[in-house]
Amino acid sequence: MNEEPLLSVQGLEKHFPVTKGLLQRQVGAVRAVDGISFDVRKGETLGLVGESGCGKTTTGRLITRLIEPTGGKIVFAGHDVTHMSQGRLRPLRRDVQMIFQDPYSSLNPRHTVGAIVGAPFRIQGIKTEQGTKKAVQEILELVGLNPEHYNRYPHEFSGGQRQRIGIARTLALKPKLIIADEPVSALDVSIQAQVVNLLEDLQGELDLTYVVIAHDLSVVRHISDRVAVMYLGKIVEIADRKGLYESPMHPYTNALLSAVPIPDPKRRAGRERIRLQGDVPSPLNPPPACRFHTRCWKAQEVCRTVEPPLETLAPGHQVACHFPENVAGSLEGVLGGTASTGAVPAEAAPAPEGGALA
Amino acid sequence: MSAPLDVSGEEMRAEPEAVAKAGGAPIQGRSLGQIAWMRLKRDKVAITGGLVVVLLILVAIFAPLLVGWFGHPPNEFHQEMIDTLTMQPKGGSGIGKDFLFGVEPVNGRDLFSRVVYGARISLLVAFFATLLSVVIGTVMGIVAGYFGGWVDTLISRAMDIFLAFPLLVFALSLVGVLGQFETQLAVKGDTLRILLLIFVIGFFNWPYIGRIIRGQTLSLREREFVDAARSLGARGPYILFREVLPNLIAPILIYATLLIPTNVLFEAALSFLGVGIQPPTATWGGMLSAAVKYYTVPHFMFFPGMAIFITVLAFNLFGDGLRDALDPKSSR
Ligand SMILES: Nc1ncnc2c1ncn2[C@@H]1O[C@H](COP(=O)(O)OP(=O)(O)OP(=O)(O)O)[C@@H](O)[C@H]1O
Ligand code: SF4
Ligand SMILES: [Mg+2]
Repeated sequence: MNEEPLLSVQGLEKHFPVTKGLLQRQVGAVRAVDGISFDVRKGETLGLVGESGCGKTTTGRLITRLIEPTGGKIVFAGHDVTHMSQGRLRPLRRDVQMIFQDPYSSLNPRHTVGAIVGAPFRIQGIKTEQGTKKAVQEILELVGLNPEHYNRYPHEFSGGQRQRIGIARTLALKPKLIIADEPVSALDVSIQAQVVNLLEDLQGELDLTYVVIAHDLSVVRHISDRVAVMYLGKIVEIADRKGLYESPMHPYTNALLSAVPIPDPKRRAGRERIRLQGDVPSPLNPPPACRFHTRCWKAQEVCRTVEPPLETLAPGHQVACHFPENVAGSLEGVLGGTASTGAVPAEAAPAPEGGALA
Repeated sequence: MSAPLDVSGEEMRAEPEAVAKAGGAPIQGRSLGQIAWMRLKRDKVAITGGLVVVLLILVAIFAPLLVGWFGHPPNEFHQEMIDTLTMQPKGGSGIGKDFLFGVEPVNGRDLFSRVVYGARISLLVAFFATLLSVVIGTVMGIVAGYFGGWVDTLISRAMDIFLAFPLLVFALSLVGVLGQFETQLAVKGDTLRILLLIFVIGFFNWPYIGRIIRGQTLSLREREFVDAARSLGARGPYILFREVLPNLIAPILIYATLLIPTNVLFEAALSFLGVGIQPPTATWGGMLSAAVKYYTVPHFMFFPGMAIFITVLAFNLFGDGLRDALDPKSSR
């Protein structure tokens, strides 16, 4: 913890203006990312999880500076890149790469695999000792593709192979940080594990740091060291893997977890399945105070009026909720064997403190 | 609209692994262009249309040779073919081995050579007008789609205005006005009128292709491969020329091919109305216009009419086949 984090995100915001009419008058804003903070340490994997539309991709695009933040701060390897010009960002771009969500849209159909994976060298003007072709073929081999497919076009490959091509492209410049935006959600379940394993192997081999985005908690379970849960542009809970999966404190995390199939029948028996009511509200007009209160079964009056701050309730475990669960946390989990997901918001201790902060 | 073909046709699903194991031959990928060509070759109708198009172009280029072999100069009178009483061709049409398509009433000009020479004007005007539209439309469409914002608003409004423009009225008055100053202009006669036609037809039709290219650019810009290039530090020109433009070649080709027949018809209509090339130069529209007065000699109208019909049909069939083969809708 004493080491400076590789990536530090502080109060990051992205509000997309909504304009109307010929004069592009602004009539509102989509608060896609609304003040999130987290650190990523060198060599670790942070999972970033939330339902569709909660701002995960936007977060990734902010970190890679494909879009300009409206607020907050991004510090990468000691450089404040929040509003850095594209020109000054160029050399830094080698160190931060993104794997995209849709392997069909992320590869130019008119380019060969060689051109796609070789593009980083060309764009960054990098000469390799043995020539770009050799370098590209080595990377293809690294991600488990036949290097002889150099001259083939993306449409000749399956979804899983395409995602490997996308991964190869991100590896070309030996980056330090890779943002993987739902790297497997577009793939067949049968090949999802292969790609996740590939990412894990590459991490060990190339000393990579990952932010892995996913829309459910099962995908990132065994690859993440820490997990952040997002809801409507906010982080509601962030903890190390053990803490999050074994004693989740936020009701939303509990709901997400209850959707994850548990292989162990003994544990499955003691858990009731929480079904979330309704849809995610629009980020154009998010609910006031706790954004989850429209769907939360523990919601009280205070949830509608006072925004719960993200507080550290256990070592390395931060939660934004007035009535968190598992607060005496890990103990109860170990002793009782079952998580108390009772609908009674009884012994919710830290409520008053939350109120005091308002 | 013909049903879009799915890019995942069998020939493309050939699993690279399987190919590699079975053949051992050097692996060479097939580009979407090569696949489109394979598809096009199998489309008999489109290929027929394409061959007719090629034939028409050859006819236009080698018109003097053809006329030398099979006909008489297009403006040569052949009074000997005309019945002096009725002023109609002897034997009704005059068709024979000397005059393949017969002769015109009154002056007896060779219809075959006039139709052949008419192809020159039609194709010349249609090609260059299309080129003009495609160049302006593509540039405007890409700029509007790629840069968006007020640039897009400006160009889109301009397109609306151009499309709402009373083109025919404008063409009629432009020709009238320029006719007055003809003696003072550097170019005169047919050359002036050909340039005028190309300008009028080409300059006012660019919004059609402009809109298509704008839409395509708009959707291409949102593709993740553009983000991938940007996240590598690629600058505007690289993204425009290396990432976006290669994906626009198919729609540009298709709509250019489909715009040519429209322009052939437009040129014929203008010539028919007397706005285009002036007599005695042979044009299909002009011949039709003259033939209207002589409905008793149907061959006079038949041959230029057929020429227009075949040209338009051939380009349309070829263009449709090209669209199916390139299939921009589902090319991902
Ligand atoms: N360029 C944009 N302009 C306006 N709104 C946008 C833009 N990009 C994203 N949004 C909005 O921001 C919100 C968050 O989008 P984002 O793509 O980050 O979600 P996500 O968590 O990645 O969802 P998914 O799981 O569907 O990929 C959505 O409501 C989306 O409509
Ligand atoms: S603050 Fe209230 S509404 Fe929000 S998650 Fe906690 S209990 Fe539910
Ligand atoms: Mg997303």
